[in-house]
Amino acid sequence: MSLPQRFLDWFSARGWAPRAHQLRVLDHAQARDSVLLISPTGGGKTLAGFLPSLAEITERGTGHGIHTLYISPLKALAVDIARNLEAPVSEMGLPVTVETRTGDTPHSKRLRQRQRPPDILITTPEQVSLLAADPHAAHLLKGLRTVILDELHSMVTSKRGVLLSLALTRVQALAPEAIRIGLSATVADPDALRAWLVPTGAEPAPLVMGQPGARPNIHILSSVERVPWSGHSSIYAIPEVYEEIKKAKMTLIFVNTRSQAEAVFQALWEANDDNLPIALHHGSLDVGQRRKVEAAMGEGKLRAVVCTSTLELGIDWGDVDLVVHVGAPKGSSRLLQRIGRSNHKLDLPSEALLVPSNRFEVLECQAALQAAEVNAQDTEYPMVLKMDVLAQHILCRACAGPFHPDDLFGEVSSAWTYRKLTRAEFDKAVDYVATGGYALRAYERYAKLKLQADGTLRLAHPRLAMAYRLNMGTIVEDEMLKVRLAHVKRRLGKRVVVGGRVLGEVEEWFVSQLTIGQTFVFAGEVLRFEGLDEFGALASRSNDREAMVPSYQGGKFPLSTYLAERVRQMLADPKAWNGLPPQVKAWLSLQRFRSVVPKAGEMLVETFPRADKHYMVCYPFEGRLAHQTLGMLLTRRLERAGMQPLGFVASEYALVIWMVRDLSLAISSGRIALGRLFDEDMMGDDLEVWMAESALMKRTFRNAAIIAGLIERRQPGKEKTARQMTVNTDLIYDVLRTHEPDHLLLRAAWDDAAEGLIDAYRLGAMLRRIKGQILHKPLDTVSPLSVPILLDIGRESVYGEGHDALLAEAANALIDEAMRLV
Amino acid sequence: MSRSHRITLSGLDFIPDLSGALYVPEYAALLVADLHLEKGTSLARRGVHLPPYDTRESLLQLKAAVEATRPLRLIFLGDSFHDGEARERIDASDLAMLRAITAAADTIWITGNHDPAPPEDVGGIILEEMALGPVTLRHQPRMLRADEAEIAGHLHPAAAIHARGHRIRCRCFIADHQRLIMPAFGSYTGALSVRSEAFAGLFGDFHVWMIGDKAVHRFPGSQVR
Repeated sequence: MSLPQRFLDWFSARGWAPRAHQLRVLDHAQARDSVLLISPTGGGKTLAGFLPSLAEITERGTGHGIHTLYISPLKALAVDIARNLEAPVSEMGLPVTVETRTGDTPHSKRLRQRQRPPDILITTPEQVSLLAADPHAAHLLKGLRTVILDELHSMVTSKRGVLLSLALTRVQALAPEAIRIGLSATVADPDALRAWLVPTGAEPAPLVMGQPGARPNIHILSSVERVPWSGHSSIYAIPEVYEEIKKAKMTLIFVNTRSQAEAVFQALWEANDDNLPIALHHGSLDVGQRRKVEAAMGEGKLRAVVCTSTLELGIDWGDVDLVVHVGAPKGSSRLLQRIGRSNHKLDLPSEALLVPSNRFEVLECQAALQAAEVNAQDTEYPMVLKMDVLAQHILCRACAGPFHPDDLFGEVSSAWTYRKLTRAEFDKAVDYVATGGYALRAYERYAKLKLQADGTLRLAHPRLAMAYRLNMGTIVEDEMLKVRLAHVKRRLGKRVVVGGRVLGEVEEWFVSQLTIGQTFVFAGEVLRFEGLDEFGALASRSNDREAMVPSYQGGKFPLSTYLAERVRQMLADPKAWNGLPPQVKAWLSLQRFRSVVPKAGEMLVETFPRADKHYMVCYPFEGRLAHQTLGMLLTRRLERAGMQPLGFVASEYALVIWMVRDLSLAISSGRIALGRLFDEDMMGDDLEVWMAESALMKRTFRNAAIIAGLIERRQPGKEKTARQMTVNTDLIYDVLRTHEPDHLLLRAAWDDAAEGLIDAYRLGAMLRRIKGQILHKPLDTVSPLSVPILLDIGRESVYGEGHDALLAEAANALIDEAMRLV
Repeated sequence: MSRSHRITLSGLDFIPDLSGALYVPEYAALLVADLHLEKGTSLARRGVHLPPYDTRESLLQLKAAVEATRPLRLIFLGDSFHDGEARERIDASDLAMLRAITAAADTIWITGNHDPAPPEDVGGIILEEMALGPVTLRHQPRMLRADEAEIAGHLHPAAAIHARGHRIRCRCFIADHQRLIMPAFGSYTGALSVRSEAFAGLFGDFHVWMIGDKAVHRFPGSQVR
C-alpha cells in the first residue's frame, strides 16, 4: 500500500515527494514488521517514523486508545517533536491527537490522558517503565500498534536503554501486535540494533538506510600561535575562534566538559570587542536560563553558544552555520553528531572547525577528520544484562500486579539485552528484591514480595509502589548543590550575606573543597565563595580575572578505540605528518631523531633518568581511564620488583611512572623483562585487589545500589538529598564486601567498574595487542614525545589512594614548620 | 593498639585508638561511643533492606579492641542500640557475641537519645552518666563550669584536612583541655564535620585526632577544614 491521497497532496503542495526510505519504512510497517531506519540528521527521519502511524490512524479513526508510543531520550526533545508534528497533522487536517508525557507533565493532564488517551503519545524511557508499573496499563495499551524509538543508537549504550528494553517486554506482553520502528544515526554495527529491536530468537529487524548527507567540510584550526604542549584549555586559540565567529551567522562551540565550557566562554567574553551576543549552555545551568538561551537561538538573536553535549541531540535551534569543536572530539561518531548540528539540511555540507588544545590533540583531530571524511563510526555496543536494572524492573512488574516468576523470566529473557540471563541469576534477582538476598535471612518477615498460594508473587504493601515511582530510573547524578548569587551587606558593622537568584547547580564535591573567600568560575563569571546556607552554596561576584580554584576535570569521554587506532597509525607513518601543522611535524621529527617512533603495531616504552629519579613513559593511546588502571597495576608490580615507584600520571595518550631505582639498568641486566611487566596476568588478582579497595568502586556501588532500590533517594512527602540518605553507601559497601562478597550488588558494581570507570576490558585488549610488540628505548634524558605527559606531573594526582601517607606527610610538614620557628 | 597519642583532661590520660575506642590506662577502662547496633535493619519495615551485617561488623571491631586492651571496665557512651526494637531484631549469633564481650569486663551502658532504655539482658548495668575520676562520661555534651571536664559522644565528629591538593576526611576524636568528644564506633554511622554548627561553642583551642587506615593522626584545629 502507498500513502493516502491527502498525504501525497500535502507533499506535492510543498514541492516535496516522499523519500525512498520513508516509503520503505511505510512498507515494512504495513507488513507489520519491526524496522530499523538509519539516516543522518535532517533526512526526514522523524517524519519517516510517524508516516505509517499517521496513515493508519487516519484510516482507523481517532480515539481508540494509544496507537503509537514515541520514545525520545530527552524531555525537551519530546516537546519539540510534538510541536513539529503539529504542522503536518493540521495542514493535512488529520484526525490525530498528539500529546506528550514526561516527568514535567502535571497530574491533571496525566489523569486526562488515562481517561482519553491521545492517538500518539510522545514520551521518555522512564515514562514507559512507569506505564509498565501501572496496573491499568493493559487497558491503556490495548490498541497499541507502533512503538517508535528515536535516537536509538544513543539510548542502547546506557542503563537507560537496558531498562527501556525490559519495559518494552512488558509493553509487548500487553500489546503483542505492536511493531517497533527504530530511528538511529549512522552506527558502525547496525546488526546489534536490528537484533535489539526484536524479541530474542526472532529475525533481526530489516534495515532501511536513508540517503547520506553531503560530506561535511572540516578544518583543523591552523593557529599562528604555538600549540601548547599539554593542558586542555585551548585559550591560545580564542582570538582566532573569535574571528571565525565574526565571519559566521551563528556558531555552536562544543567542548567536552562543563569546566571547559566555563573557561572558553570567559575567554571569549574577554576577546569580545564587538560585543557580539555570545551565550553559554551546559547541564549545570539553571533550566530557565538554558531555555532562554535556546529561545534566543531559535529567534536568531545569538551569534555563538558555548555548549557541552546538552545541545548535541535534538532538532533545530536556529540557523547554525558553523560548528567549532574545542578540544579533541574523542570519538568519530560524537564528532559527526556534533557537526551535524550545523546546516541542518541534507544537501548542504556542514561547516566545522576543530581546535586542538595540545599537541597530541592535533594528532587526534587529524585522525577524527580523516574518519569523518569516510563517515567512519566508532563501534559502540548496546549495553546488556545489568542486574541492578533487572532488580528495578522486577519491582516495576510487581507494582503492576501479582506475577508468576516463570512468566516474568520468560518475558525478561525475550529482551535481546537479557537473552543470556540464566534462571539462577533471575531467581537471585527476585530474592534480592524480596528480602535483600542476604545469606543472613534477616528480612523474611519484612519481605517486599509475598508468595501467594498460587505461586505468584505479590507486592507486600502499596506504599512500596509509591516508593518505586519516586525512585525509579537509571540516571544517578552526582549530588548537586544550588549556587545562588549572594549580596554582601554591612549591618551594624557586621558582614551579612544574603542569598539572591539561583545561578545553577554544581557538584557537591566541588563545593566541599572550597573555603570561604576562594574564587571559582561558574555561569561564565568569576565568583567568590561566601559559604553555605540551607538552600545550597552562596557566591558573590568577584572582580578577579582568574579563579583561584581550577575546576579541572579530565575529559569526560575517553578516546575511542577506533580513533586511537588511527592516531597510532598516523604516528607510525611519517608521510602522514605532512598534513600536520609545522610545529607538530617538527616535534615528531625530533622524536624520531632523539628517540624512536613506534611502528603501528608496537607500543613504545621509554626509560630515562631525570634529576634524581628514573622515569618510564609508555604510549598505549587507550584513554585516560585505561592508563590510570594500568598505572595502578604497574606501580604494584614495580613495587614488588623493588624499583620503589614514587608516583604516576596518566593522560589520554600516555602513562608515566617515576621511581627511585634505575629501570633502564634493571632491564638491560635482565632483572626486569618488559614483556613480563606488561603481561596480561596483571588483570587477575592484582586487579581484583586494587578494585576492591578503590574509591571508584564505591562510586559505582552507589549507582548500582540506587538503581536496584537498596537505598531510596526520595521518600514520599519529602525530597531527601543523598547527604541525608539513611546510611552512607561507602559504609554499606565496606560491610557487604566483608560479610557477603558474592552479593548481587557487588557483582553488579564490579561489572560496571570493569567496563566503565577503569576500562578493564579495554586495558585487557590492549595488553593482548602489545604482547611481543613492546619497543623499549633507553634514553639519557627526556624525549620530545614524553614532554606533554611530564608537564602533567604535579598538576595531577599522586600515587595510590593511601590517605595515611598524605596525613602523615601533612602532619610532618607541620612538625618541620614548628622546628624552623624554634 | 596504637599508643602514640595521649589526650589529657584534668590530669587524666586517654589514648585514642585506631578502632575509634578510647583507652584509659589508669582505670583499665575502654570507652566506646555510638555503636548504633541494628541500624542496618532499622528501616526494614519500610522495605529498605540494608545489608544486615553492621552489628556483626561493629561487634567484631569491638571484640578486637577489647582483646587488644583487656580492660577491666567497658563503658558505652550511649546510642549503643539504634532504636527500641533493636534487641528484637538482633541475630542470635550476634547477641551471643555481644554477651561474651560484656561478660569479660565490668560493663556500663550509658543511655543515649536513641536508647533511653537499653536492653537489660546483654550484660552490665545501665547509667545516665558517670564519673571516671575527675571526668564525667555522658552521651550528649553539656555546658561545663571552668573546673569540670567531660567525655561525650552523640555528635559523630569527622574532620578534613587538605594535603597535596587532596581533601582527606576521616572520623576523629576532638578535644580541648576540658572536653573530649569521641567518634562513632558503629559501622553504619555517618559523621559530622567538626566545622559544622553542632560543634559551635563547644571547644576553645582544640585538636583533632583523625582516624586513618593504619594510624591516628593529630592536627591542631587551625589545620582542619
